[in-house]
Amino acid sequence: MAEVRFGKAVNMALDDALAADPTVILFGEDVAEAGGPFGVTRGLLEKYGDRRVRDTPISEAAIVGAAVGAAMSGLKPIVEIMFMDFVAIAMDAMVNQAAKARFMFGGQCSVPMVLRTPHGGGVNAGPQHSQCLEAWFAHIPGLKVVVPSNPSDANRLLRAAIADPDPIVFVENKAMYSLKGEFDESSEPIEIGKAYVARAGNDVTIVSYGAAVNTALQAADKLASRNISVEVVDLRSIQPWDEEAVLASLSRTHRLVVLHEAVTAFGVGAEIVARMSDIGFDELDAPIKRVGAPFMPTPFAKSLESQYLPNAEDVIAAVEQVLA
Amino acid sequence: MSPAKSDNSVPKSRLLEFYEQMLLVREAENRLSKLFADGEVPGFIHLSVGQEAVCVGVTSALKREDTLASNHRGHGHALSKGVELNSFFLEIMGKEEGICGGRGGSMHVADMSVGMLGANGIVGAGIPLAVGSALAHQVRENGAIAAAFFGDGALAEGVLHESFNLAALWKLPILFVCENNGWSEFSPTDRQFGANVRELAGVFGIPSDYVDGDDVLDVHDAASDLVTAIRAGEGPRVLECVTHRVRGHFEGDSQKYRAEDEMNSLSNHDPIAKLESVISKRRIPKKEVAAIREKIDAKINAAVEAGRAGNAPDFDRAQADVYTAVRGV
Repeated sequence: MAEVRFGKAVNMALDDALAADPTVILFGEDVAEAGGPFGVTRGLLEKYGDRRVRDTPISEAAIVGAAVGAAMSGLKPIVEIMFMDFVAIAMDAMVNQAAKARFMFGGQCSVPMVLRTPHGGGVNAGPQHSQCLEAWFAHIPGLKVVVPSNPSDANRLLRAAIADPDPIVFVENKAMYSLKGEFDESSEPIEIGKAYVARAGNDVTIVSYGAAVNTALQAADKLASRNISVEVVDLRSIQPWDEEAVLASLSRTHRLVVLHEAVTAFGVGAEIVARMSDIGFDELDAPIKRVGAPFMPTPFAKSLESQYLPNAEDVIAAVEQVLA
Repeated sequence: MSPAKSDNSVPKSRLLEFYEQMLLVREAENRLSKLFADGEVPGFIHLSVGQEAVCVGVTSALKREDTLASNHRGHGHALSKGVELNSFFLEIMGKEEGICGGRGGSMHVADMSVGMLGANGIVGAGIPLAVGSALAHQVRENGAIAAAFFGDGALAEGVLHESFNLAALWKLPILFVCENNGWSEFSPTDRQFGANVRELAGVFGIPSDYVDGDDVLDVHDAASDLVTAIRAGEGPRVLECVTHRVRGHFEGDSQKYRAEDEMNSLSNHDPIAKLESVISKRRIPKKEVAAIREKIDAKINAAVEAGRAGNAPDFDRAQADVYTAVRGV
């Protein structure tokens, strides 16, 4: 099995989709000539031409609005929003148009589009280039939200996302673009909405998604040396999310920690905790703990950002609390 | 405004066709107004009474495979693009058999089978959808074009400016139709927008035309010329149609913000009366006109009855349509 960087794994999925289906098109700011701000779309313009791989002006509302209209008219557009923070300008197209078209038009059409966008801190990009806003989209009926945690999943989930008939927000953690991981090119797409157990364990379950899964695995490694056996569940997709898989893990470990990089308050973790305290109440031997960013904007300075981002030590502290 | 031209080159059949289509929109909306007042239409409805020449004049220059994105004042766009009348009334009356299953109502009438991509509850939001649809036509090389209908109230929306720019840069096959009725919801547009739509189009190098939007023949001619250029691959065009909104922003709006003089002068601009005067000058027998009126009345009566006979939408079926049912990956 070859080692592939996260960004390259995304590129390979885009390449495959453009090769396989002439209705797939790709557009966004600097995705064509420049190959993308993080190099993720490099080489695709040369391979597929400027009809299907297009640079757009810096016009997020029109980019995403046009993707919705194109998806309603026979194409499968993949658009990139350079930083997840910028989706704020394109929310109408996602929330009022893409999410609702199928429902409010009585099932006459679907909106087969993918909005790719990088979230996350760790690169000192400051308050407007670091946010994890996936909970906004997970709250909207009609949208799907997928957040891969490693190169192989990024490729396999993106292929599934492009093939999916509904609008999908595909979130890539920008700090992971250069991360290497094993990737088998013959692997199948991963079904959206299914979690997987990234590490099996008995004493406590950590549920996470995206880059934070790796933080959970680091914490699990450290805890293993203290004979604490941690199970890590990678959601892969947060809308829909695999509550059966989380409940199954909770039923084995009876203790639960939910981890994400996004701000804890009103986040994805809040939904998971609420559901598990309902359907999993009898399984719980301790209150559920959430680990995430504090309720403040992502700060710029290295020292501030490193305190802001949840790390393995924060996860270990939460695990200790649920085991106490 | 110049009086409607009585151009003898327009065939009689065309005049009567326009008349029938405009009358259909007018009478459908008059009936909706009554149904709304009687509590048979819930929610909000925004009528385009007085603006019928724009939708009919433009859509008569389009083909079935062309696509159209509309706005909240979109009944005329839907009907003139070919949405079936019964399913239109069923939808607005909130019934399962409505074109959208009763889930959208007046502000979301859509019919993909005739290229009607939807009315829209968000001002300006249909414009980038039409741009995307035009992009699809261009990429698929299917020869179709897209049209975006918006009012002057959308001119101050940023996404309109972005859409003009994108359409011009990519030479997209799209006709932008501005229905300028002078009112942005409850405010006069001259207090809302510091330019005009044709100047704005010019900034992006988009050629435009300007017509009396109450003269269906003028609208049709101008739209046809622009559509010809668009189909020839010359890129986007803008058509500004100056027209008049007779009813309020929504039904129930008493329009106290409009001057009495303006309200009294509206009948001088009535596009249907204008076309009737052309028809009369052409000495088309009155009974032919009366027959059209009777036909429209009968169709609308039947549609209202169909609407009343429709069923309340099924909740489970509605909920099942939030996402597409997919098997496997």
